[in-house]
Amino acid sequence: MSAEVRPVALGALVRIGAVARKELRQLLRDRVTLALMVGIPALQLVLFGYAIDVDVRHVPTAVLDRSQSAESRKLLGELRATQTFDLEREVGDEREALRLLEASEVGAVVVIPPDFARQFHRGRGAIVSILADASDPTVSRAIALSSEGFAQRLAQRMLTISQAPGARLVRAPEQDLVRPDPVRIEVLPLYNPERRTAVFVVPGLIGVILTMTMMLFTALAIVRERERGTFEFLIATPVRRGEVMLGKILPYLFVGFLQVGIVLALGVLLFDVPIRGPLWQLAVGALPFLAAMLSMGLLVSSVSRSQLQATQLSFFFFLPSMLLSGFMFPFEAMPRVAQAIGECLPLTHFLRIVRGIVLKGAGLDSLVGEIGAIGLFFAVAFVLAAITFRKRLA
Amino acid sequence: MSAAGGAPVIETRALSRRFGSVTAVDALDLEVEAGEIFGCLGPNGSGKSTLMRVLLGLLAPSQGSARVLGLEMPRAAERLRPRVGYMPQHFSLYEDLTVQENLEFAGQVFGLSRRRREQRLEAVIETHALRRYVDTRAAALSGGWQQRLALAVATIHEPELLVLDEPTAGVDPQSRREFWEHLFDLTATGATIFVSTHYMDEAVRCHRLCLLRSGRRVAVGSPQKLVDQLRNRVVDLSVDEPDQAIAALRDVPLVASTTQLGDTVHVLLASDAPAADAAAAELVSRLSSAGIRGATARPTAANLEDVFVSLLLGDGPEEQA
Repeated sequence: MSAEVRPVALGALVRIGAVARKELRQLLRDRVTLALMVGIPALQLVLFGYAIDVDVRHVPTAVLDRSQSAESRKLLGELRATQTFDLEREVGDEREALRLLEASEVGAVVVIPPDFARQFHRGRGAIVSILADASDPTVSRAIALSSEGFAQRLAQRMLTISQAPGARLVRAPEQDLVRPDPVRIEVLPLYNPERRTAVFVVPGLIGVILTMTMMLFTALAIVRERERGTFEFLIATPVRRGEVMLGKILPYLFVGFLQVGIVLALGVLLFDVPIRGPLWQLAVGALPFLAAMLSMGLLVSSVSRSQLQATQLSFFFFLPSMLLSGFMFPFEAMPRVAQAIGECLPLTHFLRIVRGIVLKGAGLDSLVGEIGAIGLFFAVAFVLAAITFRKRLA
Repeated sequence: MSAAGGAPVIETRALSRRFGSVTAVDALDLEVEAGEIFGCLGPNGSGKSTLMRVLLGLLAPSQGSARVLGLEMPRAAERLRPRVGYMPQHFSLYEDLTVQENLEFAGQVFGLSRRRREQRLEAVIETHALRRYVDTRAAALSGGWQQRLALAVATIHEPELLVLDEPTAGVDPQSRREFWEHLFDLTATGATIFVSTHYMDEAVRCHRLCLLRSGRRVAVGSPQKLVDQLRNRVVDLSVDEPDQAIAALRDVPLVASTTQLGDTVHVLLASDAPAADAAAAELVSRLSSAGIRGATARPTAANLEDVFVSLLLGDGPEEQA
């Protein structure tokens, strides 16, 4: 042998690079898979996004005006101008209002208290309540958004109105904490406290798509080698176990970030999803999640004998992730057992991270616990994958 | 060559490998010398592929030991890897990569420096006449060219030992002949080759052969030596109706097997049959009593296929290891 001596670490890097480059080449030539990688995020975004139309207008609304004052009529006039509410009828008491809501004859009820005018002039914060039928989260969310806009407009007219705590997605301006407001609009979502819209769905969708694609494609990339017999060639070369694993993972890490980018870009373009936190924080927050999903893919691959098995196993993990993570159903509203299972799923924690950063502008420092949970999952999955991933046959 | 100096390149002692209740390799003792082409023959399922995988450290032995290039398998498998080339039974390169990319990938994972990789790529492309296919995807190559590429990949790092599992299965005779010429070129540079095959014309070209049956070694030696063990055991019969003659001989105890070769019936005698001269006369009289006249019988030299058949029947020159 006339092999030139080279440092061990460099050799490992060359081999990892060789596997990664090979993987990327194969990926780029596999048109179906490639189309899926780009197509799945785009398709899901459009499906989930448009299925929940944010632009809700003309919600049939009942009014319970106990004030019957010039001030209350002015307020109702402003509300009507938002076009979100069609103030169709007046009701006499709250019982009738609730009956209309329950019967879905109206989607919202505006309740103005008897002392509205007085409280307003005293600057004590007259409270106007909007009871919203949140069983349709779209409507409820639209009402919350509209009320927010409404509050801002009123503020320009020297009427400061703050959001009630129910609208948790909107941060209250700082001064609200200091000074009582002349008018407060309180949105009370009934029947379904968690209101969600495309704005809410899109960031979550990032996690769902990554769960599905990252795990499945990594698993397939290895199982395919076993099925085609190339694995036997590969393991007879000096490539080490860890090098194969890393080389397989790296291209998909890249694909993962690409998918995050696609979903976010489309989310902003199509649904005006606000991105409140800095993107680099999202990238940092996504990294452990991607690593966790890719490790799951490795784990799936080492227990699967065929591509079909790998697909089924991935789906077996994907389904509870989608259902119990708080993506489909509000996490807080789930039964305790479901919550316990959900806490074990990385998607649950990633949803909190991504929603926190994208929607609330939360800093990474406030999400350390979630990142730690995902990191723990990654460590366990990777160790299990490393144990089961053999460079031997059978 | 580190294997020089008499130490065997492959050395197994009472090597066994079981899969559940099936014993694929059974108490095998084997020594392969440096620089030889060592052939492994045996019917499907006789343990050839399993043996190779154990030798490469891809499977752990159930019992016994295997030393390859002085390294204990599978413990030192990682140290063995850079020194061996392996062609698994099925074409196992990346079909969606081109010839060039497959070669480059192999060069990289075998740890060749960039300069040496370029030299070796050039060399194997030249040797195996792959030039016009460098940009062709492996999937688009015919069987013969895929097999050339596989050999080129397996030898990119100039291994001391080549392990080839039925490398020429399903390949046309011309390609097979060229393939074997390459193998001899490789041994000329000092490489040792461990190859399995089903083709007798290839087996004949090996320096030494090992015949396996149900994971057991039933014979080892040069093709000539194995054939010599069947001396006086083969008779050629010339008859007008060979098919009738074969039918007539079916239940004759001194006949182990018959093969029709044109107008000739090639008869392998049972191990307890008299020598070929005596048996020839008896065969002719058997045929005439069965109503087949005018047959002539003549003792002849055995070929490797006779050896193979006699071993399959459990009726061969079985060694007492």
